[in-house]
Amino acid sequence: MSMLSIKDLHAEVDGKPILKGIDLEINPGEVHAIMGPNGSGKSTLSQVLAGREGFEVTRGEVRFGGEDLLDMDIDERALAGLMLAFQYPVEIPGVKNVYLLKAAYNALREKRGEPEVDAFEFLQLVREKLRIMDMDESFLHRGVNEGFSGGEKKRNEILQMLIMEPRLAILDETDSGLDIDALKVVSDGVNSLRAEDRSIVMVTHYQRLLNYIEPDFVHVLSDGRIIKSGDKSLALELEERGYQWVLEEAAA
Amino acid sequence: MSAKQESRAVYLERFEADRAAWTEALPEWLMEKKRAAAEVFAGAGFPDPRHEEWKYTNVRPIARKVFQPAGEAGTRVAPPDLLEWSLGELDLIDLVFVNGRFAPELSSVGDLPGDVQVRELGEALREMPERLENRLGEIATFEHSSFAAFNTAFVEQGAFIDVPAETKVDKPVRLLFVSTAEPEPVVCHPRVFVSAGMGAMVEVIEQYVGQPEAANFTNAVTEIDVADNARVEHYRIQRESHRGYHVAGVHVNQGRGSQFASHNINLGGRLARADINTRLGAEDAHAFLNGLFMPTGRQHMDTHTRIHHAAPHTTSEEVYRGVLSGHGRGVFKGRVLVAQDAQKIEAHQSNDNLLLSRDAEVDTKPELEIYADDVVCSHGATVGQLDEDALYYLQTRAINPELAQDLLTFAFADEVVARIPLKPVREQLEQGIVGRLPDNEKLKEFV
Repeated sequence: MSMLSIKDLHAEVDGKPILKGIDLEINPGEVHAIMGPNGSGKSTLSQVLAGREGFEVTRGEVRFGGEDLLDMDIDERALAGLMLAFQYPVEIPGVKNVYLLKAAYNALREKRGEPEVDAFEFLQLVREKLRIMDMDESFLHRGVNEGFSGGEKKRNEILQMLIMEPRLAILDETDSGLDIDALKVVSDGVNSLRAEDRSIVMVTHYQRLLNYIEPDFVHVLSDGRIIKSGDKSLALELEERGYQWVLEEAAA
Repeated sequence: MSAKQESRAVYLERFEADRAAWTEALPEWLMEKKRAAAEVFAGAGFPDPRHEEWKYTNVRPIARKVFQPAGEAGTRVAPPDLLEWSLGELDLIDLVFVNGRFAPELSSVGDLPGDVQVRELGEALREMPERLENRLGEIATFEHSSFAAFNTAFVEQGAFIDVPAETKVDKPVRLLFVSTAEPEPVVCHPRVFVSAGMGAMVEVIEQYVGQPEAANFTNAVTEIDVADNARVEHYRIQRESHRGYHVAGVHVNQGRGSQFASHNINLGGRLARADINTRLGAEDAHAFLNGLFMPTGRQHMDTHTRIHHAAPHTTSEEVYRGVLSGHGRGVFKGRVLVAQDAQKIEAHQSNDNLLLSRDAEVDTKPELEIYADDVVCSHGATVGQLDEDALYYLQTRAINPELAQDLLTFAFADEVVARIPLKPVREQLEQGIVGRLPDNEKLKEFV
């Protein structure tokens, strides 16, 4: 069964149509990259999948693991295993990072009918994941993303993913604002999540991230539609020749 | 004659009736003060909303009732009852009052260093009146406040805390005021006098609690003298019942290089008003005013603060937050007054409010009155809702919307509570705040 099945998806923001008929099938274990120029609807697609208010679906359907995704509340989607790593992670002063991790982890456990995690066990788990992300333990006791640098915020997003272990991970422009060292750490983190029963969707403007996280499929999004799909060589071609030729080809 | 006048007349009759007995027991200088205060109260009565300082708080619910005097009789409070209001592991010098009456059997003072005095005020007035003469009522004056006048006229009991120079009181002094549920609601006038001599240090916690149905009126007045280089940490934890009426004035005078911190936490009361006034009277004095009000249901909570920079090189910082839900109503007025020759002072004030429901309301008014020309002052007031982006973000992390709201609300309120230095008090308050949030069971583990 497919992990994510998007059919003829239309969505608008403030009455303005942004997504204009997206069709996409993602199977378990696959890594997809969605590329496209600015304003093509990449981020809108991520937000629609995560359930953000104000992004109104006007037509089409999205099934996640066979279930109607658009019918689920935001937290239900996360509980069902869909997780979005934000392009701009939100700063939440006063809510400690460790609380967020624990609340998320326990919510997922509760959903699976498991008891709450023991405090010591949880700390062991978090420490192990912090090491993977090359993050200091002091991050746990700071407010969520509060005063974090751009790179720290992105690491923190992936740290949350390592704890929550979603079935479908969506990375929205995760490479933006990362220097080469941070990019490697973030990519290693994402790669460690690759598994037969897990799918990854990378939404990205540049091909750069794809050097580190190799996609099985690459799609080009333009004006709210997927206008071309291919394998990873398509990304390289885009890097070399830009987007213009795909747009022209699609228009022809 | 209006209902308001009627209750005042009853109180004044009561004053006359008690006068003879007081004259026997109290020093003449105090009787003079009481008489003068009764006159002020007789003239002014309870304030009405035309009074600028009472514009947003109508005290008619207090004025139209006649509260009974709190006698020796009434509901008993037993030692196990105190557990409910315990401050965790804190080792305290503890004075307990029930409806304003001192309860020695519930109190424990223990050994005090040197000539430190921590005792019931009435007892101090009988046994060492000379230590109160020319001190009591000098900072908390009543000429411009009916409630202070009302308190002074009826002053009988309370706390006397006198710390000599260069002395540190190691344990915090807790004054626990318990309001009990009575068939006929009562009024009490607790009076607290604190003096920290030069270089002395003391922590005083005034904790006001009510049994669930207590509908009494507490009219408290506190005066604090912070001498040169002394430090006083003052806590007001107001958790009266949702039917209780509470009016309090805290009046502080600060000497050179002194430090005064006020932590004013308001969770209780049907109608609660607190005035906190400090005068930075000499160079290098510093005041920190930290406060939180969280009205819900039909609660009304009003805080007025006044920071008077009367001398150059004085500094103050004020942080107040309001969290308003249900039909809760909050009022904050923060006045900073800088005298003409108080140059090089620095004063920062903020009041941020979170409105959690459509029916909640807050009135906030920062007021700077500056007569000096070389000062650094800032103030800001905000009123807003929970951050939508933060709510969304938390939900994308599998956190249900109710818990997400609670987490953010708690975080907002905790900005104030986290600044409380005494850990057990801080923790107890954090649990208290969590207890007021709708989805609190889950939240508890995060605090």
